[in-house]
Amino acid sequence: MINFSKHAGFNLSRRHRAEQRFQWAGRFAILISLAFLVIMLGSIFRDASGVMRQSQIAVAVDLGPEAIDAADIANISFGKILKSAMRARFPDVMKRKDKKRLYNLVSPEASFEIKRQLTNDPALFGRVQTLWLTASDDLDLYLRGKIDTSLPENQRQISDAQIAWIKDLKQAGQIRRVVNWNFLTNGDSREPEIAGILSALVGSLFSLAVCFSLSFPIGIGAAIFLEEFAPTNRITSLIEVNINNLAAVPSIVFGLLGLSIFLGYFGLPRSSPLVGGMVLALMTLPTIIIAARAALKSVPPSFKQAALALGATPVQAVFHHVLPAALPGMLTGAIVGMAQALGETAPLLMIGMVAFIVDVPQSILEPATALPVQIFLWADSPERAFTEKTAAAIIVLLVLLIAMNLSVILLRRKLEQRF
Amino acid sequence: MTKPFIAARAVNVFYGANQALFDIDLDIEANKVTALIGPSGCGKSTLLRSINRMNDLIAACRFDGSLQIGGQDVYAPAVDVVALRAQVGMVFQKPNPFPKSIYENVAYGLKIHRLATSKREMQDRVEWSLKSAGLWDEVADRLDEPGNSLSGGQQQRLCIARTIAVQPKVILMDEPCSALDPIATAVVEELIDSLRKDYTIVIVTHSMQQAARISQRTAFFHMGKLIEVGHTKDVFTNPQNEQTQNYITGRIG
Repeated sequence: MINFSKHAGFNLSRRHRAEQRFQWAGRFAILISLAFLVIMLGSIFRDASGVMRQSQIAVAVDLGPEAIDAADIANISFGKILKSAMRARFPDVMKRKDKKRLYNLVSPEASFEIKRQLTNDPALFGRVQTLWLTASDDLDLYLRGKIDTSLPENQRQISDAQIAWIKDLKQAGQIRRVVNWNFLTNGDSREPEIAGILSALVGSLFSLAVCFSLSFPIGIGAAIFLEEFAPTNRITSLIEVNINNLAAVPSIVFGLLGLSIFLGYFGLPRSSPLVGGMVLALMTLPTIIIAARAALKSVPPSFKQAALALGATPVQAVFHHVLPAALPGMLTGAIVGMAQALGETAPLLMIGMVAFIVDVPQSILEPATALPVQIFLWADSPERAFTEKTAAAIIVLLVLLIAMNLSVILLRRKLEQRF
Repeated sequence: MTKPFIAARAVNVFYGANQALFDIDLDIEANKVTALIGPSGCGKSTLLRSINRMNDLIAACRFDGSLQIGGQDVYAPAVDVVALRAQVGMVFQKPNPFPKSIYENVAYGLKIHRLATSKREMQDRVEWSLKSAGLWDEVADRLDEPGNSLSGGQQQRLCIARTIAVQPKVILMDEPCSALDPIATAVVEELIDSLRKDYTIVIVTHSMQQAARISQRTAFFHMGKLIEVGHTKDVFTNPQNEQTQNYITGRIG
């Protein structure tokens, strides 16, 4: 009688139990990591949700001929006009300290907004106009219930008087919340309500462009030469060992190198995406070379042999047959390097890309900052509203990373489809 | 005996400290199929790869002696291996079409050597090559499909078409049928026989039946030495050497 069941012996029950144990341990590990991912993303998105909208206050600004001179827009003190408009809205406010609190309901940027709106639409001149102006970050936080009003007045950002004014404004329909495009179109600012990501984003993209255009051709070229042409001798293996070691060098060391060589010796512009990109290129080169060599190595040698046997020169054999087959793998390596570079902060700190940059850089030679540095700067800011900005900037960084990875996956698929 | 087209004299080949071939003297005649047979590791592939200098790719490989094709010394300093390989084609053990279309596979050699002056001529020569390789009828309507979508036997014939497209003088074949089934093997063998009138063919094979079927001359190698060479019929029916006798009767191998 043959027994094929699990009770047939062969130590089967123990072996099956071990199998089960391992599978459950695996499931558990995946579950834990997924849970952490969800918690992390959840908290980031929760924090960042406040950035989606911003508060505006409707202020009746006197733009009449006796208040301002329409012909001389550059010399008008819009701050003064704004202040008097606020006082006119709440005529009961007398004390100097209270007035200051009243003015603080609108963003310091609001006076520039009046100017901008007037420049865009000169028809506004001539009489009292109701304009929507950006409110302060504290007002915005209060409206969203982020300020704990049960605390004693001297321990919170917003005073009882301000709360009363806000309620009054709200009842009069003079407060609204609109989609916050400023976050994507503005540069950095000391005021969280108008601080935006654009200068850091452009800085990052410029740096990445410099980094890619340096490290990709150099890295691929070095990999092709080392893998396909270099003679196998001591020097080659020495170079090989050093490239592998370079991949493990902490990135801040590359920052120091950039500081002393690119800035100190060559005198390239400080804080510029050019230098940032060069430093990042140094950092990503080993990654790209190692990945590209692995990709070249995985191409069957039969392609190269067939080409050589047909009378192709070694360069033709490599460029016509080996390289196209290795390209998808090379691109993957390059994008891993680029993703590393995009998230890198330390080397950029060393070459001065940590500066406070309000203007969006127009070229790779202008001072700029980068996304991860911007996140670092905002996370360091005392204003509560910057917490949200930090989370939102992280999302922008993640979206950029996902977009990069996605584009490479698509590109790979396209390249691999050609046989 | 006709004048030899390929003449090896006192050929010694070393891989580092190991000697793979010992004092080989071998004449290979034009427009005949010469089979190199012998047990694994006997040096027959080494000799084949010495003819088009594919052994140059192995850094530790050293060639000593003289090898002439059509009176020209293959290992002379003035020889350009690209020119050599353009005229001495090679077909490998495993079919290795390029990861490109069938058309591109055949056209590649023509392109790098600029053997076709117009697109029309290129198409004609690709068609001629595929016809010579007996593959045209099977692939005529799908030339833009990938070369590796073909069956193993078709792939090997594609590799042969690719080789003859540049019209070499000599075709070297390194066990071209070892990865093919018997039916595909029969087709390729027939093709080899038909190519004989235009090319000098040297084929390494493990199958003695194959050597007997397709070759006119056979050379038997053992332990890096050329044991016996002669007309195929003589070698198989009346071997002069005991080792040859043992090998073809299956006692060593």
